[in-house]
Amino acid sequence: MPSRLSIVIVEADPDRAKLIVDALRDAGEYDIHIIAERAALQRQIQLHSPDVVLVNEADPSRDMLEELALASGPLERPVALFVDRTDEALSTAAIEAGLSAYVVDGLTRARIKPVLDAAIARFQMVNRMRTELAETKKALEERKVIDRAKGLVMRARGIDEEAAYALLRRTAMEQNKRIADVAQALVTSARLLG
Amino acid sequence: MRTTPIPVGYVPLVDAAPLIVAQEMGFAAAEGLRLDLVQAPSWSRLRDALSVGQVDAAHMLAPIPVATALGLGGGATGFEVVSVLSVNGTMIGLAAPLAAAMRDAGHGFDLLDAAAAGRALIALAPTPLRIGVPFPFSMHAELVYHWLSMLGLPSPQSLIVRTVPPPLMVDAITAGEIDAFCVGEPWASQAVAHGGAALLLAGKSIWSWAPEKVLATRAGWANAEPELSARLIRAVWRAGRWLDQPDSRSLAAELLARPEYLAVGAEVIEHAYCGQFDVGAGLGLRDVGAFVTFHDGAAQFPWRSQAGWIGSQLAARTGLDRASAARSAEATFRSDIHRAALARTSAVLPAASSRVEGAFTRDSQVPGSHGVLHSPRNVFFDGSKFDPSAS
Repeated sequence: MPSRLSIVIVEADPDRAKLIVDALRDAGEYDIHIIAERAALQRQIQLHSPDVVLVNEADPSRDMLEELALASGPLERPVALFVDRTDEALSTAAIEAGLSAYVVDGLTRARIKPVLDAAIARFQMVNRMRTELAETKKALEERKVIDRAKGLVMRARGIDEEAAYALLRRTAMEQNKRIADVAQALVTSARLLG
Repeated sequence: MRTTPIPVGYVPLVDAAPLIVAQEMGFAAAEGLRLDLVQAPSWSRLRDALSVGQVDAAHMLAPIPVATALGLGGGATGFEVVSVLSVNGTMIGLAAPLAAAMRDAGHGFDLLDAAAAGRALIALAPTPLRIGVPFPFSMHAELVYHWLSMLGLPSPQSLIVRTVPPPLMVDAITAGEIDAFCVGEPWASQAVAHGGAALLLAGKSIWSWAPEKVLATRAGWANAEPELSARLIRAVWRAGRWLDQPDSRSLAAELLARPEYLAVGAEVIEHAYCGQFDVGAGLGLRDVGAFVTFHDGAAQFPWRSQAGWIGSQLAARTGLDRASAARSAEATFRSDIHRAALARTSAVLPAASSRVEGAFTRDSQVPGSHGVLHSPRNVFFDGSKFDPSAS
């Protein structure tokens, strides 16, 4: 019976880290460490001597892990980037999910795959959540801009809110633009003109 | 002409300029291309994106395609270099305490004398000296190793070159994680402005003509897409030519400063193009001349001997056979593809594709494809040479 896999997750955001840890706990029994502090990253990882390192692709500190892939000192473990030619589908899935994994040489695919499958699925979910959040925020911002543009039109023309909105919508349609863009242009112009 | 989109990756640095300018100033459109520029947070991320086909071409540190060809670093499919994007453009700097010690010892910080700066540094440096560079396979690392080993500082006993992503360099130098760094702009100046660091030496003082970033494609892509790759090479070549005209630099700085690209102040970018640096530590301003070159002196030509030098250096450090490493390396710099793409343009290209690197002690004229070609000084600070035919 091989010993439990030791996994290090490099993730500065505690909520995100917890989501990944939960997913891995569902997938199997692992020793999991989270490193949130990027200073001295190489030293911290060597301290834990993990079998697998998972890192968010969006983090520039990923380049620091490249160095571990080269390390061959007596106290350092050889770490190979899993994203290679041995399993192209899995590698591509990981890259598209924004996940990078460094794995100790010689581990069998059977032991690593559940870890990566769980991590990839969780990364995809987190990315989806982030996209949705960004979309919601954008929609709110646009709502605010449209309200301000409506106010400007109402004051300038002495018309009511409904008529002001109708005018914005008609202008947008005529110019083949989105209402939010027309509203933004109006708000910017108004600011310029004082 | 129908416009063809090409996804192209880059890391937000001042030397990504040829790609950004090719798109923004219409050089891509003139070739019927639209560059869909994709920003990458790290070199390893960009290398993987190119490897799996998320982008078709990428801004890349010149040693990465060579390292990949030698089987070093994270697994990836092979790459080919179809153009050099920039020559030189790195800066070495010191943490505040080390800079103060060197200043007190009377070092002049002229940023240009590599031998004097190196000896003064070795005399006062802690053991081991820890130097941060952006990536294990980078011209930054190669220059630092060459410089200090030629001055007698052995690695790894006395010199540790450590990877620190440029955005984290200021933190690393302030926290005392590293004693010195070699990095491109705007990051060296940021370390001076926000980390109390002082500049010591322009990278070009170690090797006066060091290929810094390249335009890399997946091995085989350029042959499979000869028309498309030739259009890309031409568009980027014209962008580089535009960039090296002094009048272009303010506008180029404005373009790169935009939030979707580098998102820093235009003045931060422009001073790198003009070669003006604040040394820090109260030492004043220095002018280092051309800090980064995009076009002049056939800068964009991918010399096979440039790759050979990189391969030979990497091999020496990792215990590979130097001669065979140099040969594998040379095959990644596709001077033939570059040459074919520019055949029917006004580009004057060198007649040869390989040369003795470090053997040109002054600016000279060499035979070109039509007429003579201005060939800039190409020397190593210690007078060493790399003769590809000797290996």
